[in-house]
Amino acid sequence: MFDRLPDTALPPLPGVGYKPQHYRAIMEDAGPIGWLEVHAENYMGDGGRPLAQLRHLAERFPISVHGVGLSIGGEGPLDAGHLARLKHLLGWLQPASFSEHLAWSTHDTQFLNDLLPLPYTKATVQRVSDHIDQVQEVLGRRMLLENPSSYLAFAESEMTETDFLRAVAGRAGCGLLLDVNNVFVSATNLGTSPAAYIDAFPLDLVGEMHLGGHDEQTDDAGAPLLIDSHGKPVVDPVWALLDYTLARSGPRPVLIEWDNDVPDWPVLAQEAALAGRALARVAG
Amino acid sequence: MNVTQTAFRQAVLDPARPAPDGLRDPQGGPAGRRFDVYRNNVVAGLSDALEVAFPVLRRLLGEGFFRAMAGLFARAHPPASPLMMHYGAQMPDFLAGFAPVAHLPYLPDIARLELALRRSYHAADAAPVAPDALAVIAPERLPDLRITLAPAVQLLGSDWPIHAIWRANTGAGGPAPVNRPEAVLIARKALDPSLHLIAASDLAVLRGLAEGRTLGEALDLGGDAHDPGPVLGLLLAQGAIAALT
Amino acid sequence: MSNSSRTLVLASALATALSGLAHTASAADEEKCFGVALAGENDCAAGPGTTCAGTSSVDYQGNSWSLVPAGTCLTMDLPAMADGTPRMGSMEALDRDLPA
Repeated sequence: MFDRLPDTALPPLPGVGYKPQHYRAIMEDAGPIGWLEVHAENYMGDGGRPLAQLRHLAERFPISVHGVGLSIGGEGPLDAGHLARLKHLLGWLQPASFSEHLAWSTHDTQFLNDLLPLPYTKATVQRVSDHIDQVQEVLGRRMLLENPSSYLAFAESEMTETDFLRAVAGRAGCGLLLDVNNVFVSATNLGTSPAAYIDAFPLDLVGEMHLGGHDEQTDDAGAPLLIDSHGKPVVDPVWALLDYTLARSGPRPVLIEWDNDVPDWPVLAQEAALAGRALARVAG
Repeated sequence: MNVTQTAFRQAVLDPARPAPDGLRDPQGGPAGRRFDVYRNNVVAGLSDALEVAFPVLRRLLGEGFFRAMAGLFARAHPPASPLMMHYGAQMPDFLAGFAPVAHLPYLPDIARLELALRRSYHAADAAPVAPDALAVIAPERLPDLRITLAPAVQLLGSDWPIHAIWRANTGAGGPAPVNRPEAVLIARKALDPSLHLIAASDLAVLRGLAEGRTLGEALDLGGDAHDPGPVLGLLLAQGAIAALT
Repeated sequence: MSNSSRTLVLASALATALSGLAHTASAADEEKCFGVALAGENDCAAGPGTTCAGTSSVDYQGNSWSLVPAGTCLTMDLPAMADGTPRMGSMEALDRDLPA
């Protein structure tokens, strides 16, 4: 029932992950920004400044709501209370897009505040797509599912991540959010090719792309281990991978995520301007 | 070989456990310290959240002590909800039972104060009753009046000088605390909560109003010598009255 | 208190409250708390403290509790309890019975 809705109403322009400290700067001069993304859970309070800011931002910009706490990959049932809060938020805000992660964070009643990994098996395809079905039914809209950053692999996995995402999207009728930095981080960490990942990815289902900075460390064997820290500028190989991807997908909404050591607005706007240039290179 | 989320979570929260079997590095060997990324991120992320939630506790205890204590707290009390804005509700009880701070008996109430400030920050909006609405009420009707406090209003009483300790350890600044019981009213005139020192008798009256008593009944809770003028003025000035009935 | 004395007390208190409103707005006992720090946010990044170094068993386990509070509580001067025990003078006590 959802495949007739558009992938996303976000414009194929740069966006940034919204941080409250940038409110004034964004309202005064948004620079190259065509839209903003907010984390759903930060706007589930009853009132006050966060909701007041979001109402004002939504009058000026298309908003993407990005959930970080739904635990779509959880073994247990989805948290019905959380889903209801999400429905309420999307109901009054009517955002241009809603996305969540291929990950789990809640088990029993404990929320671990991290995006934890899943094995790629037929059983998890079934579980994740059932959960997405439920989310889309409750919300009455199509969602985008984001590829994770991986630091390790599961011995029990039966398929690649791209095959897994294709299978889930096919079964649940959802779109995909392609995090290009996550592709680079995971490929480096797992010794695979980022370009081959993009080649295998169902780019026609991509409604949004993410970019962010990562930290560089090493594992026990001295192999590079990249950490998805969102605390630095996007590195050149990830910009190159974005170019590679956009050349195959065409223009898409591209988001800069900067969640730790958040810089002043001009620095973030400059990163977004670089994304804007990458988009301009593929614009018809 | 299959890794259940129960096993994954146990190993994430307990650093003494090995990483679950069935997690691999790219060569097919055991995941080793790659698993520690999740293990550390869960505790570091929750500790960060506690640092943001309890800035005065952090200042009182120092960063090193606070971070280490936050790690213990996080493992003992992971969030029960995906809303990090509500994380840390068990902190007062945790501090009350935490031996290394047993000589700092005011800490649980400071934690309660910081939790109350955050509840106020996220509370529902309410249009304040204008002072004129109270001014036009006939004097003989005042004892039967019920005052509904705004959702952002929080009340807290303590055996300790919580207002002075809070002031001395925030940007507000203030003199060194003198040991005495203190009570506070938190209100949110627009979008920023503010903290106000009130008398113990004011606290009794306000709690009476919050429980739905009439103004006359609540007044009795403050005792015969209590002058309700200042606290009524404070409620009006801070937009802390949501309705009169 | 009788209802008529309540009426008198409340009417007079209200008069005081209303006449004082012009002044209370700038009262010195009002401290703003700044909104951003109060929010308590969710995000989807690995925290800045995240590493793959196996430090967790050292940093957070009971055996590393040689830490003592080192914040401003050291300088606070609260009177002793009734029996004369200092509330927060000496920090020596902190080196003992640390949680396992």
